[in-house]
Amino acid sequence: MLDERSLYLRRLVLGSVRSAGRGHVGPALSLIEMVRVLYDDVLRIDPNNPRDPDRDRAILSKGHGCLALYALLADRGFFPLSELDGFCGPDSILGGHPEYGMVPGVEASTGALGHGLSIGVGLALAARMRERSYRTFVLLGDGEINEGSVWEAAMGAAKHGLDNLVAMVDYNKLQSYGPTDYVLPLEPLADKWRSFGFAVQELNGHDVGALRTVLKQVPAVPGKPTAIICHTVKGKGLPAAESNADWHHKNKLTDSELDAIRVAVGDF
Amino acid sequence: MRNTAMNMVHKLAARDERVLYIGSDPGAGTLRAMSKEFPKRHLIEGISEAHIIGMSAGLAMEGFVPYVNTIATFLTRRCYEQVAVDLCLHNLPVRLIANGGGLVYAPLGPTHQAIEDIAIMRALPNMTVVCPCDADEAARLMDKTLDWTGPIYIRLGKGGDAIVSKAEHGFEIGKAILMRPPGDVLMVTTGIMLQRAIAAADLLAAQGIRAGILHMHTVKPFDTEALLQAVRGVKLVATLEEHVPSGGLGSAVAEALIDKLGSSLPAMLRLSLPDRFMHNYGSQDSLLKKHGLSAAAIATSIERAHAASHTPSPQLHST
Repeated sequence: MLDERSLYLRRLVLGSVRSAGRGHVGPALSLIEMVRVLYDDVLRIDPNNPRDPDRDRAILSKGHGCLALYALLADRGFFPLSELDGFCGPDSILGGHPEYGMVPGVEASTGALGHGLSIGVGLALAARMRERSYRTFVLLGDGEINEGSVWEAAMGAAKHGLDNLVAMVDYNKLQSYGPTDYVLPLEPLADKWRSFGFAVQELNGHDVGALRTVLKQVPAVPGKPTAIICHTVKGKGLPAAESNADWHHKNKLTDSELDAIRVAVGDF
Repeated sequence: MRNTAMNMVHKLAARDERVLYIGSDPGAGTLRAMSKEFPKRHLIEGISEAHIIGMSAGLAMEGFVPYVNTIATFLTRRCYEQVAVDLCLHNLPVRLIANGGGLVYAPLGPTHQAIEDIAIMRALPNMTVVCPCDADEAARLMDKTLDWTGPIYIRLGKGGDAIVSKAEHGFEIGKAILMRPPGDVLMVTTGIMLQRAIAAADLLAAQGIRAGILHMHTVKPFDTEALLQAVRGVKLVATLEEHVPSGGLGSAVAEALIDKLGSSLPAMLRLSLPDRFMHNYGSQDSLLKKHGLSAAAIATSIERAHAASHTPSPQLHST
């Protein structure tokens, strides 16, 4: 059961989609609670000082989930909420994938998959070398980890014992074409991360309480990077979109779809 | 050239604590002295170029200046998207030191021959592309890399190339060096084609053809001003490169001339490798010779083109 804040964040996301007439709906809705707990409860960040050298770093490696990130950044005051209406517009700072230097609070430009964990390894290694206490969180998609570069990065993170690095996998089990099991099976996923040298946690990625508990206890094992496998539902909160590959990306919302959204998340 | 460039990384590391060496799986003992003096800044990260580029981007975001080093083909082809997105899009000061530019690894075959690297690196916004001609120039280049904004691709030659660069010319990234004043002909070179150009110029001089040499060690950003100055009064511009014909130095020169001179163009001769993978081995020298890039073959090609540029072009007549 989603609480009012989760519904509110979904209204922000879907409002952007309505304004732009497009957007990756399913991948954003599966991600919302992961991003929400990070930005509400975990990250040491200051929206008024987004380049603070001691801030925690978060990279949305699955850049196509950016609507969830934009909703949180706007809500937390990194930029005005009104920017969300301009999503994908010609003069907007908010593109279909997040850009560093364009969007306050965005640490790296992503969209091409399989890049974020390596960048995160660099950030985490820099913290170690500079003896800084910031932590680095990287949000990965399940389809994204088809990319071999993710596993290169995982080996690198383990080699350096980066316990200041957390990889969170949005495991909604549905990628663009269809089920991850069909496209490229990932199981046994927890064992994979474990064998690559990570301390692994598994949880329901829509359970705000569980996310808080686990994320506040990182590193799960000192001396090891942490992987949190978040079992989620693609399109979560919107019955028509849940576990429906047709909602991976939407170009247009019909009147009946807009009505269904209002029923599911409230007026927006 | 390679040892000099590597040793320069060590020297730069001693001067500036931002400097890191990041190798994939280089030869045993690479930068051993640096690994002893600065063990935390000498990183060997495995045969994982895509990851290494992303990791270097992360380190550069935090203020480090990583010098990433492996074989040229692996540093360009394997991780092109990481170079484009992580380095160029973010405009980060990562230095890519590419061993074996061109045909240095001739005996190892086409997987190791970097024949299109200049083109693909030059195509990327924010990328700088530099091809030093000898060890001395490599040292002068490395000295300038510390505070250069954005990524740099450094195409290294084999090592042991004859020293032809001169200290008095100095070195600035993006500033071409006029090695010989032009006559009827101007040769434009990059990397180790300079040595061949000098020998070819001597052969041409013996034939009574004065050929100047503009050494374009930096292919991007391109020194259009130096080129325009050097081509004044020149009848034939010949470009020399150890690279396929598409997108390299010859293309850059042609683009600059067309953009700036419009219809009043000098004749142009682009000498390069052919547009195909090499299936011969041997040595860098033997492959260059096979493809018309020995000094003698260059001189002959230029002599012919020079003669043709003096022949009146056929006129079109209306009937």
